[in-house]
Amino acid sequence: MALKLPIFMDSQSTTPVDPRVLEAMIPYFTEKFGHPASRNHPFGWEAESGVDVARDQIAKLIGARDPKEIVFTSGGTEAINLALKGVVETLDVCKRLERQGVEVTYVPVGRDGLVDVEAVRAALTDKTILISIMFANNEIGTIQPVAALGKLAKEKGIIFHTDATQAVGKTPVDVEAMGIDLLSATAHMLYGPKGVGALYVRRKNPRVRIAPMVDGGGHERGMRSGTVPVPLVVGFGKAAEISREVMAEESQRLAGLRDRLQEQIVSKVDEAYVNGHPTLRLPHNLNISFAYVEGESVLMGLNKEAALASGSACTSATLEPSYVISALGVDSELAHSSIRFGLHRFSTEEEVDFVARKTVEVIHRLREMSPLYELAKEGVDLKSIHWKAE
Amino acid sequence: MAYSDKVVDHYNNPRNVGSFTKDTPGVGTGLVGAPECGDVMKLQIKVNVETGVIEDAKFKTFGCGSAIASSSLATEWLKGRTVDEAAKIKNTDIVNELKLPPVKIHCSVLAEDAIKAALQDYKEKWSASEAPAGRDAS
Repeated sequence: MALKLPIFMDSQSTTPVDPRVLEAMIPYFTEKFGHPASRNHPFGWEAESGVDVARDQIAKLIGARDPKEIVFTSGGTEAINLALKGVVETLDVCKRLERQGVEVTYVPVGRDGLVDVEAVRAALTDKTILISIMFANNEIGTIQPVAALGKLAKEKGIIFHTDATQAVGKTPVDVEAMGIDLLSATAHMLYGPKGVGALYVRRKNPRVRIAPMVDGGGHERGMRSGTVPVPLVVGFGKAAEISREVMAEESQRLAGLRDRLQEQIVSKVDEAYVNGHPTLRLPHNLNISFAYVEGESVLMGLNKEAALASGSACTSATLEPSYVISALGVDSELAHSSIRFGLHRFSTEEEVDFVARKTVEVIHRLREMSPLYELAKEGVDLKSIHWKAE
Repeated sequence: MAYSDKVVDHYNNPRNVGSFTKDTPGVGTGLVGAPECGDVMKLQIKVNVETGVIEDAKFKTFGCGSAIASSSLATEWLKGRTVDEAAKIKNTDIVNELKLPPVKIHCSVLAEDAIKAALQDYKEKWSASEAPAGRDAS
C-alpha cells in the first residue's frame, strides 16, 4: 500500500478532525443554525440542545459532576487566560490593591520534566491564591502529579488550575478525583475543530468565582459573553464522547506504536537521548535529542515525507532553543537538537516504520556534515573548546 | 517558513563537504559559532602558497538548512579566488544569492566570519615565509 506523504506526526500542534466529529457538526452549520440563547423559537431550542449535549459530553470526559461547570471559550489560550486572570480579578478590593503587582513563583522541574510536589509546597506563602500546572507537557509529554498537587491545594485552601489541553482525551483526567478547581481544554487536540475550547469551573467544594475577561450579553453564566459557536461546540462534544469511548484502547495502541518508533530510531542512532519521563508521559508523544545535529535541519530533511516539530510549534519562528528542554537541565546544544514526534488516532504502523527509517537516514547524513560530530569522534571534548559565539 | 530553491538545493546537494588535515601546507581553518547557539561552521581553504589562489575549500556545519547552504555556497565562491579576493566576500552577497529571510541573516554573517577566520588562520600559518607547525585553528 502506498503511503500518503507527507505523514503527519505533529499531533501536539493540532489533530485532524475525526470524520464522525465533522458529521456531527454539519447540521449546525446548515438547518440547525439558530442562536442557542434564542429562547422563543425552535431554532434556538435546537441549537441550545446541541450545546447542552456537548457540555455534558465534555463534563463526562473530565469527570465533572455538573455540566454547568463547563464554560465554552474560543480555545485553550482563552480558557487559561480566563482561569488565571479571572481568579486574580475576583479578589476583593483590598487584596487587589495589595496585589497591584501579582507575584508569581515558578517552580522548576527535574530532569524528567516532573515537578516536585514538595517543592511546590515549599514555594507556597500565606498570600498564595492559585497553583497552576500544565497537566501534560506539549513537547516532552511528561504527565505531572496532578492529583498530589490537587490534594496539596485543598489542604491549603488554594485554588488549583491545570492546563490540560494536551492531556484531555489522551490520558485519564478526573476533576473530582484529582482535586482540580479550574481546567482548560481545547477541542482541536482531541480530533475536534479549531476555535473552540472550554474552561471547567468548579461549582462546589469550593465554588470558584472568576471575573469575565469578555463582557457583553452575559452568555455562559456571565463568565464568557459572546454567541456560543454552536457547530464548533457540538464538534467538541462529539470529540469528547468519542475520546471517552476509545481512550483506553487508543492510548495503548499509540503507546505501542510510540515504543516501536523509539526503538527503531534509538537502536540505529548513537547518542540519541529520549527527553521526558520514561513512563509518566503521554502515550502518543516521543521527543528525542540527536546530539551533533540541529533540529531545524533535521525537519528540513524530512519535510517532504513527514511533518514533525523541533522544540515547540509555537516557537518555530524564533531561533531560541526549546525552553522546555532547557528547563530539564539538558545542555543547550541538545535542546537545539530535539525532535518531537506526535502520533495520533490515524497513525499506522507502516507510517511509523517509514518515518523511523527516514529519520535515521537524515540524522546520519547530517552528522557526516557536522563539525561537532567530527570533533567528538576525534575524541575532542566539545566543552574544552572556546567557542566564539556571534 | 518556506525555503528558497537555492537553499533547498545546497541543503540536498551540499558542495564540498569534508575536511583537510589541518597541518597540510596551505590549509587555513575557520571554526566559528557555538553549539549552544545552534550554529557551528568549520570552513577550510587550501591555498597555493606560491600564487595565493584558493585551490580547494571544504566545510562542515552544525546548524539549520540556511546555515548549511550559506557555508556550502561560501566554499563554491572561494574556489579559484585569491586570498585577497576572498576577503571581499560579504554576508549580504550570500543573503542575496540564497534569498535568506531576515531571521536567517545571522547564518550569512556566520559564513562571512568563517571565511575571515579561515583566511586569518592561513595567513598566520603559511604566508609568513616558513611554515610553523599546525596548531588548532580554534
